[in-house]
Amino acid sequence: MRAPVLAALAEAGRERRAVILVTDLEGGDGRVVFETDAIEGDPLGEEITARFRSGRSGLIETATGRVMLTVRLPSPRLVVIGAVHIAQALAPMAEIAGLDVTIIDPRTAFASVGRFPGARLFPAWPEEVLAKAPLDVFTALAAVTHDPKIDDQPLADALRAGCFYVGALGSRKTHAKRLDRLAQLGIEHFDSARIRAPIGLDIGAQSPAEIAVSILAEVVEALRRRGASA
Amino acid sequence: MSRTQSDTPADRDVIAIAEQWLQKGRRIAIATVIETWGSAPRPVGSQLVVDADGAFEGSVSGGCVEGAVVAEAADVIANGRPRLLEFGVADETAWQVGLSCGGRIAIYVETVV
Repeated sequence: MRAPVLAALAEAGRERRAVILVTDLEGGDGRVVFETDAIEGDPLGEEITARFRSGRSGLIETATGRVMLTVRLPSPRLVVIGAVHIAQALAPMAEIAGLDVTIIDPRTAFASVGRFPGARLFPAWPEEVLAKAPLDVFTALAAVTHDPKIDDQPLADALRAGCFYVGALGSRKTHAKRLDRLAQLGIEHFDSARIRAPIGLDIGAQSPAEIAVSILAEVVEALRRRGASA
Repeated sequence: MSRTQSDTPADRDVIAIAEQWLQKGRRIAIATVIETWGSAPRPVGSQLVVDADGAFEGSVSGGCVEGAVVAEAADVIANGRPRLLEFGVADETAWQVGLSCGGRIAIYVETVV
């Protein structure tokens, strides 16, 4: 591999762009293809498109020999709206599971460094933070404040951005009211149906830490089965 | 933002580490799992970076064959030619390094220049 190819791969990672490293195993040459590149003229175009969709790396046979396609998708992020008790358990668990975690809460009493040592923590309104670090399809968002003033806007943003997971804390009754409010923000019911609520897999979780486990399990399921169901 | 949890294996990106090592002037090779048969511990596309001193980050097998890959990588770094390695239960050498899960894996090792 040539150094510029490695540099391009590393930069794509920093910019959160999906890329495929195409390596000719016979000649040893490597090149980087971005998801946004035009692939019409590329002899491997169809295969590359399919690999971006599935996220699976693999070997293919071509007329000139074997070619390795190594797919690199951006590392998954988890944005937690609400520096609450659940978030205190969820943040370290999710980091161990390989997610980059961001916690946002405008209530400074909650969003204190003492409660979240070492975390990527923003004591600010979600709109301000997300304007600088926009949500994307490789991001999960969990809204757990219970406060519509804080939760609603980022939920709408997450649906518009196509986040791979969108979850919201609250009972079915609370959620029904939330859907009405989201409709007023211009979110169609077809889209808001993607919100996982009540949040978390149904494992009978009771304590904040147990609820964190159920949320993390639901996020992992959404990540790994992305595209397998609607 | 500082991160105290970032040293967990899951979020250490092999490519980012490879770039850092290269920038520091270390000579490196990258090993990539290109094919698996049967039960293999790490999926196709898994990567590991090795330097000329045998320091490595990442994994291609969850620990079974890393030692052998690191040793082969030293040759790849020295002569600059990529190498294709296969490990499996049918291969006596592989059995010695212990891919005991019963699978077979092919690993492509190339240097970065």
